[in-house]
Amino acid sequence: MQKKGLAALLCLVMMMSVFTLAGCGSTAGSTATQAPATETAQAPAAGIPKDKIKVGFIYIGSAHDGGYSQAHDRGRQDMMETLGLTEDQVIVMEDVPEGADCEKAARDMIDNGCNVIYANSFGHGEWLANVAKEFPEVKFGHATGITTYDLPNYSNYMGRIYEARYLSGIAAGMKTKAGKIGYVAAMPIAEVVRGIDAFTLGVRSVNPAATVEVIWMNTWYDPALEKTTATTLLNNGCDVIAQHCDTTSPQVAAEEKGAFAVGYNSSTLDAAPKAYLTAPLFHWGKFYTADVQSAIDGTWKSQRYWEGLSAGVVALDDLSANCAEGTAEKVEAAKAKIMDGSLVIFSGPIKDNEGNEKVKAGEALSDAELESLQWFVEGVIGSVPTSN
Amino acid sequence: MDIGWIAAAAMFLQLAAQCGTPLLFGTLGGILGEKAGNLNLGVEGMMMMGAVTGYYVAAVSGHPVLAALAGGLAGSLGALLYAVITVTLQGNQTVTGLTLTIFGCGIANYIGKGCTSMTLPATIRSFYAPISVPGLSKLPLVGKMLFEQSNFVMLGILLAILIWIYFNKTRAGLNVRMVGENPGAADACGIHVNLVKYLHLLAGGFLCGLGGTYLSVVYITRWQNDLVAGLGWIAVALVIFAIWNPIRAIFGGYLFGALRSIGLVLQNTRMTFLGHEIRLDPQLLDMLPYLMTILVLVLMGVQKKKEYQPPGWLSRSYYREDR
Repeated sequence: MQKKGLAALLCLVMMMSVFTLAGCGSTAGSTATQAPATETAQAPAAGIPKDKIKVGFIYIGSAHDGGYSQAHDRGRQDMMETLGLTEDQVIVMEDVPEGADCEKAARDMIDNGCNVIYANSFGHGEWLANVAKEFPEVKFGHATGITTYDLPNYSNYMGRIYEARYLSGIAAGMKTKAGKIGYVAAMPIAEVVRGIDAFTLGVRSVNPAATVEVIWMNTWYDPALEKTTATTLLNNGCDVIAQHCDTTSPQVAAEEKGAFAVGYNSSTLDAAPKAYLTAPLFHWGKFYTADVQSAIDGTWKSQRYWEGLSAGVVALDDLSANCAEGTAEKVEAAKAKIMDGSLVIFSGPIKDNEGNEKVKAGEALSDAELESLQWFVEGVIGSVPTSN
Repeated sequence: MDIGWIAAAAMFLQLAAQCGTPLLFGTLGGILGEKAGNLNLGVEGMMMMGAVTGYYVAAVSGHPVLAALAGGLAGSLGALLYAVITVTLQGNQTVTGLTLTIFGCGIANYIGKGCTSMTLPATIRSFYAPISVPGLSKLPLVGKMLFEQSNFVMLGILLAILIWIYFNKTRAGLNVRMVGENPGAADACGIHVNLVKYLHLLAGGFLCGLGGTYLSVVYITRWQNDLVAGLGWIAVALVIFAIWNPIRAIFGGYLFGALRSIGLVLQNTRMTFLGHEIRLDPQLLDMLPYLMTILVLVLMGVQKKKEYQPPGWLSRSYYREDR
């Protein structure tokens, strides 16, 4: 019997060590000690003195995931550097699932004196809103969200990454010899569909006969499956791979088959030095800096922030030496036109990939239409699964 | 596609074998433990520990064989924890295995935080790059699957064959099976039951660690959080699917690897059946490995053939005093 007790104890020790380790991880990089709770009862419009600002960041993934959440964390560091905040003025919580855990994380942050809180995943939204209703003096930001729930202390923020994807499409269209490009796509939501469409429009602006084959993975995260999907596209004859998924696996697959790849979220030339062309990137720091500054100035307002290349919140990574000759000129020209407004990516005439005219000449899709986009432009091989 | 369906199928099978290789290693690891009477649900955890250790050593040392050994040993270390609790302390195998999975994933992701910015040296990649066996790789259909692969994939097949020979053709293998079937009888024959269990659990952990190393060092070639992503659980199911037979594990591993990729291949292919267009739901395809495992369990129950049954003493602790 004594032995059994010892076994149970060992099990317990193993479990506890995991929790302890996880605990270490989530507070790494920030000293989340019990700072005296700041009095935030003063009128919000007056602004918060800089030394009283405390910002909470809730990430869906690890701050070292080499992808989406890491991009946000780089933004946090940019913001802290630009505004001169100290380490104890931020709290980071990583790997927070899209559920009640998010609400708990936000409440913990408020208990620890946070007066600005950001959450970076779509499914965090409603949980964050629950907390926002209770704490009107705390300011909340929800990345990728599509509603502010009419709360005066709740913002959405997002980058028009499709503008950068359009530019990356130019690089891919210039590079493909087979005229077939593969696209590893995560989940069939409007954000991903919009990226594929803009990418394809970019490809066909320089290579009108090229096609973009899309395969859905139906998951946001599965590193091995991302490679398997990319290899399947390469087996189908594609010689350039683009991706809307988090890891470098598709680029590695391309390199192994002597093909080329457009990354996403991070500059990953080192993962596939012979294949990497470029990547559309987020520079979240531009938003975080402006948003926290407005809280300090007392000008903070609920908004639906959706900016692109011209605001600098999205960008195209430096073109690698793998890019085709003349790519830089074409990309620069398109970028200048997008920034000065003379090139509107979703302006007509645009046909869908079944031949129906979707946007008439002289018209363009509105932001609301872009937010619910569910069809592919001409040149895309694949379909958007319907939920019927 | 203008390359012809045979060439396309050959490439698909090549990919299926690559997807199936981590499953094969995990399954072989599971079989080793279960043949000795221990059900280890910690495969996922041991694969994660192997994946992170193998990747770290590969990135730091640049030595491919050393990386594989380190990955394997990390898996063995996980198995050692399990063995101490279930064999020496006679704790519950199911609970301990689950704990090992949680523990292994947690510690691997923790150590892995330092690995996300590391890249593998070119020596590692070229060592594990696919090699083409002259002549054989040109065989229709199976040529690319078996003979145009990384040496790691071929190692998996080789190990499966060796383990089959070990269990079925050697005295030592017979002793292990006896321990799994009836440890009391084995003990009476003078077999050191606990030693056999320890050795095979550690060896099984080593294979799981190798499976993880294959994923991080050979297949994905980059450390990613939660990189094994459930493959260890499919391997646990595969042990049953293969009916504890290492040779069938090759077939099962590759079949499940194919099932993971067939949905991707068929996604943009329009299929018609009796004039109706059919669409295969990817979620349905994802269920197939588990459905097939349940089917095998049912068939095993119906068949009542002795060699189709799990080891007699599986997941029970052995108390010498109860003999």
